Amino acid sequence: MKLILHIWRQKDRQSPGKMVRYEVQNVNEHMSFLEMLDVLNEDLIARNQDPVAFDHDCREGICGSCGFMINGVAHGPQRGTTVCQLHLRHFKDGQELWLEPWRARAFPVLKDLIVDRSAFDRIIAAGGYVSINTGGAPEANSLPVEKTKADLAMDAAQCIGCGACVAACPNASASLFTAAKISHLALLPQGEAERERRALNMVAQMQAELFGACTNHGECEAVCPKGIKLENIARMNREFVQAACLHREPARETGGA
Amino acid sequence: MKLDARIPAGPIEQKWDKLKFDMKLVNPANKRKYKVIVVGTGLAGGSAAASLGELSYNVEAFCYQDSPRRAHSIAAQGGINAAKNYQNDNDSVFRLFYDTVKGGDFRSREANVYRLAQLSVNIIDQCVAQGVPFAREYGGLLANRSFGGAQVSRTFYARGQTGQQLLLGAYQALERQVKAGTVKMFPRHEMLELVVIDGRARGIIARDLVSGEIEPHVADAVILATGGYGNVFYLSTNAKGCNTTAIWRAYKKGAAFANPCFTQIHPTCIPVSGDYQSKLTLMSESLRNDGRIWVPKKKEDTRPPSQIPEEERDYYLERMYPAFGNLSPRDIASRAAKRVCDEGRGVGPGGRGVYLDFADAIRRLGRQTITERYGNLFEMYERITGEDPYRVPMRIFPAVHYAMGGLWVDYHLMSTIPGLFVLGEANFSDHGANRLGASALMQGLADGYFVIPYTLGNFLAGVKPGDGITADHAEFAAARRAVEERLRRLLAIQGKRTVDSFHRELGHIMWEDCGMSRHRKGLESALGRIRALRGEYWQNVKVVGEEAEINQALEKAGRVADFLELGELICRDALERKESCGAHFREEYQTPDGEALRNDAQFAHVAAWEYAGENASPIRNIEPLEFEYVHLAQRSYK
Ligand SMILES: Cc1cc2nc3c(=O)[nH]c(=O)nc-3n(C[C@H](O)[C@H](O)[C@H](O)COP(=O)(O)OP(=O)(O)OC[C@H]3O[C@@H](n4cnc5c(N)ncnc54)[C@H](O)[C@@H]3O)c2cc1C
Ligand code: SF4
Ligand code: FES
Repeated sequence: MKLILHIWRQKDRQSPGKMVRYEVQNVNEHMSFLEMLDVLNEDLIARNQDPVAFDHDCREGICGSCGFMINGVAHGPQRGTTVCQLHLRHFKDGQELWLEPWRARAFPVLKDLIVDRSAFDRIIAAGGYVSINTGGAPEANSLPVEKTKADLAMDAAQCIGCGACVAACPNASASLFTAAKISHLALLPQGEAERERRALNMVAQMQAELFGACTNHGECEAVCPKGIKLENIARMNREFVQAACLHREPARETGGA
Repeated sequence: MKLDARIPAGPIEQKWDKLKFDMKLVNPANKRKYKVIVVGTGLAGGSAAASLGELSYNVEAFCYQDSPRRAHSIAAQGGINAAKNYQNDNDSVFRLFYDTVKGGDFRSREANVYRLAQLSVNIIDQCVAQGVPFAREYGGLLANRSFGGAQVSRTFYARGQTGQQLLLGAYQALERQVKAGTVKMFPRHEMLELVVIDGRARGIIARDLVSGEIEPHVADAVILATGGYGNVFYLSTNAKGCNTTAIWRAYKKGAAFANPCFTQIHPTCIPVSGDYQSKLTLMSESLRNDGRIWVPKKKEDTRPPSQIPEEERDYYLERMYPAFGNLSPRDIASRAAKRVCDEGRGVGPGGRGVYLDFADAIRRLGRQTITERYGNLFEMYERITGEDPYRVPMRIFPAVHYAMGGLWVDYHLMSTIPGLFVLGEANFSDHGANRLGASALMQGLADGYFVIPYTLGNFLAGVKPGDGITADHAEFAAARRAVEERLRRLLAIQGKRTVDSFHRELGHIMWEDCGMSRHRKGLESALGRIRALRGEYWQNVKVVGEEAEINQALEKAGRVADFLELGELICRDALERKESCGAHFREEYQTPDGEALRNDAQFAHVAAWEYAGENASPIRNIEPLEFEYVHLAQRSYK
C-alpha cells in the first residue's frame, strides 16, 4: 500500500518549521506506523535528505518515548494505543496523513517530531515519590493493602509519561499526568505520610512549568494510551483542596544536646 | 591479566556479612566531596544513583533517552523473584540460590549467586515501601506466580508491567535526589568513551544528543549500568537504542569482557512477520503458567488450530520434560521449539512458530481470571498480530532477549579497571550460561540498592577526592579527540549503504551462525563474514546530517560500528568454548537425546577476554569456577 504524509520539519528549537509532503510506496498493513517511517527514512537517506527525527525506543507501548499527532489526534486513530503499536491495517491505501509534534508551551519542539518533555520529570521531582531511603524498609507483608485499592493504584500507576494528554488538551494542561501520580500514591498506605505536601508541591510545579488549567474537556482521557481515567483528576483536586486547607509544614528540627 | 574475584573467605551464608564488616567506610562529612558517575538509569543504574545520592555522594547520572523513566527495564513484564516463601511451598534463600546456579548450567560464581538470593528479600521490602503496586490477594497480602526453571511460586508481579513499576519506583527515588541536589541528571546524553588515568577509571566523554556537544566529565569512580547488547542480533526484544557502546569502549580501555557468547533466546516472542521488521516483541514467560505449548503431530499441517483434534497435537514440552513441562527453562524450551520447527511441524507463515494455547485455562478458570492475569499481554498480542488470543492460540517463536555475558566483575562488582564498576545486565553477572525468568530485575536492583552502596564506599575510602585530576588532563583531551575524529569519519564516508542495512546483515549472520545452535564451521565462516562486513562499513556506510545537531542516524552509526566489533568477539568466544552449556549449544557437543553436553573438566570457568590492540587477537583469560554447595551434575528437567 501507499500513503501520503505531510510531516512537520523543523531543524532545531530556534528555527521555524513547516509541513513537507512525502509519498511512501511499498508499505504493507502488517507494519507498525514507526516501521513505515523507517522505510521513509531509509529512502530519504538514499536521496541525501535528512531523515525525519522522532523519539522512540521500546516500540512496545511502554517506555513513553514515542508520540506525535496524526491528523490532529495524539497517537493516531486507534484508542488505547501508542503510535509505536499502531499498525497500518488501520489506514487505507492512498490515505493522506498529517504528522505534527505535540504542541504545548511547556513542550518546546527540539527537532521535527521531537519535543522536550523534561517538565514532566520536574513535576515528579517536586513530590511524586515516597521519601524513604534505601535500607530502612519494613517487612513487605507487615502492612496489608486492600486489593481494590491496590488495583486502583496500579490503574493510575500505568501512566507512561508520553505527554499525549497535554497535546490533546485545548489548554495544554498536564492534569491527567500529574493526577495519575498523585492518585497512585494517595491510594496506598505507603503514600499517606506525605499526601498533603505531595499534592501541594506537584500542583505548584505543574503551574510553574506553564501548563494550562483543567477545564474538564476530557480530551486527555480519550487519547491516553494507558486508559488513565478522569476520576484521577477529581481525586487530585480533592487532595489539593484538602491539603491547601489543612496542611502545616512540620516544625524544624532543632539540634540535640 | 590477573583475575581476582575477591570472594570473601568463610561459609557461603556469611561471606557478604563478613565482607560488609571488613569494608572501609567513608566519613559522612566527606562523602559529598567524592564525585561518582553513573551511566545508565535503568533498574541497576537508577537504583544505584538514588541510593548513592541518599548517602550524600556527589552523583552525575547519564542516559540516552529524554528521561530516566524510559530505560528498557520499563519493558520487563513478568515479575521479580524473591525467596520470601510467602506461599509456604518450601522456598528458601538456599533454594533460590540452588535453582539459579543449576538454571545457569553451572557457569556462574556461587558466592555472587548466594548473595543475590539473600538480598532478594530486601528488594521486595524496599519496593513495597516505595509504593510499587504489586499484585495482592484479597486478604491484602502480596501475591505470587510461578516462572520457568522453578517448582515454587516466588515471583512478585505488577500485572504484566512489573519492570515498569519497579523502574518508576527507582526513578522516583532518583528524582527525589535530583530535587535534593545530590544527583545531577544528564538525559539525552550518550557515553562515547571511558577515560582511564594511571590505571584508574576517572571519567567519561559524553555527547549531548541535542546540541551535539562533546563533553568531558571527571569523577572519582565510574559506574556502568548500560544494559544488554542483544541488539547485536538486530532483531531482539530489546529497545531500539539498546547498545554495547559504553561497555565496548571500556573493554577497549582494559576491562575484561566475560562470556560474550552467552546470549539468551527467549522461547515466547511474537514471530517475525516481514523483512521490514524493526524489533521483536516478547510475550511474558508467565503465560507459560497457564498456556500450553503445542504443534501438530503431522508435518506441514496447514489446518487451522481449531480443526486439529486433541490426539493429533503434540504438547512437546509436557511430553519431553514431564516434571517441568511448559515451565522448562528458557534455553531448553527455545531449542525444543526450534527442533519441532526444523522437523517441519512449525505453524504460521514460513513454519517458524508454535502454538501457545489458552483454551484449557479459559475453560478451567474462566475468561475473567485469564484477563486479570494477562489482559494487557493479550491486548498487545492482538494489536500487533490482529488475532484474538482468547479465540485462537497465540503463535510464538524464540527471539534474542538477554545478554548473560558482559564486563567481568569481581565480588565487589568492580571490573578489571580499578574504579570502574559494572551493574545490571551490563556485567557478566550471576546467571551463568542461562538466566532464569524474573531474575534480571532482581539482580539489577540487588546490585544498585544493596551491593554498590557498600562496595563503592570501600573503594572510595582508599582514594583522595579529586586527586588533582581535571578535565584539562591530557587523557581527557586525547579521549575527546578520539571521539570527535570517529564521528567525523563516520560522517565523511558518504558511501552507498545505510547503517540499518549493515545492522540487518550483521544480525542475520549472528542469528544464523551464532544463535540457538552453533557449530565450528558456521562460527569460523561467521568470523570471516563479520570482518568483511566491518571493512565494508568503514568504506561504504552513508550517514547524513551534521555533528552539531540532533542526528539519530549518527547515533546509530556509532552503535552499529561497535556491534560490528562485538559480533566478532561473540563468535570467537562461542568457537573457543568447546562444550554446550545453557544457551550456548554447540551441535558437536550433545547427549544422545539432544541435550546440552557440558565439559566440566575443561570448561568449568569464566572466559574473560582482554583487548590486545586493533590488529591483534584478544586474549582469553580464565577464572575457574568452584562448586562447593551445588554439586556439578547434568541438568535434568524431566
Ligand atoms: C521485553 C523484556 C521483558 C523482560 N522481562 C523480564 C522479567 O519479567 N523479569 C526479569 O527479571 N527480567 C526481565 N527482562 C530483563 C530485564 O528487564 C533487564 O535485564 C533489566 O531490566 C536490565 O536493567 P539494566 O538496568 O541493567 O539496563 P536497562 O534498563 O536497559 O538500562 C540501561 C540504561 O543505560 C543507558 N545507556 C545505555 N547505553 C548508554 C550510553 N552509551 N550512554 C549513556 N547511557 C546509556 C540507557 O539510557 C538506560 O538508562 C526483560 C527484558 C526485556 C527486553
Ligand atoms: S496520562 Fe496517559 S496520555 Fe498522559 S502522559 Fe500518562 S500515559 Fe500519556
Ligand atoms: S516507543 Fe516506547 S512507547 Fe512507543
